Amino acid sequence: MIAIVDYGMGNVASVKTAFLRLGYEVEITDSVERLEQASHIILPGVGSFQAAVEEINQRNLAEPLRKLAQQKPFLGICLGMQLLFEKGYENGISDGLGLIPGDVNVIETEYILPHIGWNQLQIENNNQAFQVFQDKHVYFVHTFQARTEQNYLVATSDYGTTVPAIVQNGHVYGMQFHPEKSGEVGVDLLKVFMEQTTSVRGLEA
Amino acid sequence: MIAKRIIPCLDVKEGKVVKGTNFVGLRELGDPVAMASNYSKAGADEIIFLDISATNEGRQTMVDIVKQTAEQVFVPFTVGGGVKTIEDVNRLLKAGADKVGMNSAAVQNPQLITESSDRFGAQCTVVAVDAKRVGDKWHVMTHGGSKDTGIDAIEWVKEAEKRGAGEILLTSVDTDGVKDGFDIALTEAVVNSVRIPVIASGGVGKPEHFPEVFKKTDVSAGLAASIFHENTFTVQQVKDVCRQQGVNIREA
Repeated sequence: MIAIVDYGMGNVASVKTAFLRLGYEVEITDSVERLEQASHIILPGVGSFQAAVEEINQRNLAEPLRKLAQQKPFLGICLGMQLLFEKGYENGISDGLGLIPGDVNVIETEYILPHIGWNQLQIENNNQAFQVFQDKHVYFVHTFQARTEQNYLVATSDYGTTVPAIVQNGHVYGMQFHPEKSGEVGVDLLKVFMEQTTSVRGLEA
Repeated sequence: MIAKRIIPCLDVKEGKVVKGTNFVGLRELGDPVAMASNYSKAGADEIIFLDISATNEGRQTMVDIVKQTAEQVFVPFTVGGGVKTIEDVNRLLKAGADKVGMNSAAVQNPQLITESSDRFGAQCTVVAVDAKRVGDKWHVMTHGGSKDTGIDAIEWVKEAEKRGAGEILLTSVDTDGVKDGFDIALTEAVVNSVRIPVIASGGVGKPEHFPEVFKKTDVSAGLAASIFHENTFTVQQVKDVCRQQGVNIREA
């Protein structure tokens, strides 16, 4: 069972639909017990970094999520990816989950913000399985971006500056764009994430 | 680089897609969920539903349509038409819409933009503006383009941006239905006044009208309704013409 973390930040139904379409069993939950039983943890999210941190803290989920990320494959999507980093600077400074070194700040670009629309992936050679997605378009909606080291970058996108699009630290992954809204390419990306991580610790759904 | 978006718009009345150009003698074209799904498979970068229902039952039906669409369409979709309150916004987002468009109600009560943006984020707050040329300016029109508010359209889009709109859906009342191309002057004036994405709408009669607006202005997306319906042209044909003319578009 794949667990999608429900912490009140945005609609998660379409994320669930995308995994259902791939044939997985999916549950949307904020129960630590259920999260512990899951094979994979998906952290979605739309909204501001600070508001998300508050929602997570209110539900006492920060520590359980950190622990779960050490045990099983973990995917943050959009704001959920930003929360994987150590610090966020949206509406003041707040602590993220600290699963990947780096922080989150406003995109410094001469282009208009938010960065809305279909942008192309530039594969950064750190993960062979993602090579096939070179130049593929995926759907972004964001104003803030991660700032991290090159070795955590699987893919980036050019928006007048280099925007991390897919990040990875072991079996913790993040996607800044919305795979669930990126057509067939998005579903294929989720499939590769699942294929890449299902072998972690021999986990089976 | 970010791709220019091609967006089919579906006018929905009481749960059915209707031909939206003439309000007299509306003709039913089909099921909105099936049509949205087909457009997304055909390469549409986004879908917009415009609810022109006259009844509360029609509005309720729209919520069901949004739920079904969210289960079957894997590109972003926006719902507009008849959005009056923050609760309307909430209901459509909860049903699965990615963005909600507000038009007349935002003009009457600009606070609606602020509230939507503060509560749900700029990314899902789309302000739809119907503009008509009056002398050397453009006025904001409401009630389906029939009522002149006297408000300067350029000032209004600036205020919408300031209040937290994430996108402007700009329809030219002058070119809408004429099929002679987008309103380039209006689109350029609006795009140059704000720092948020603008979607141009009104006037498409053939695929070539898309590359025209993309090359002459910095608009982010183009919307059309009638040319995609009844299979006059496909989304793919529009994209082929854009590509041939050097416009950066998404290969689906």
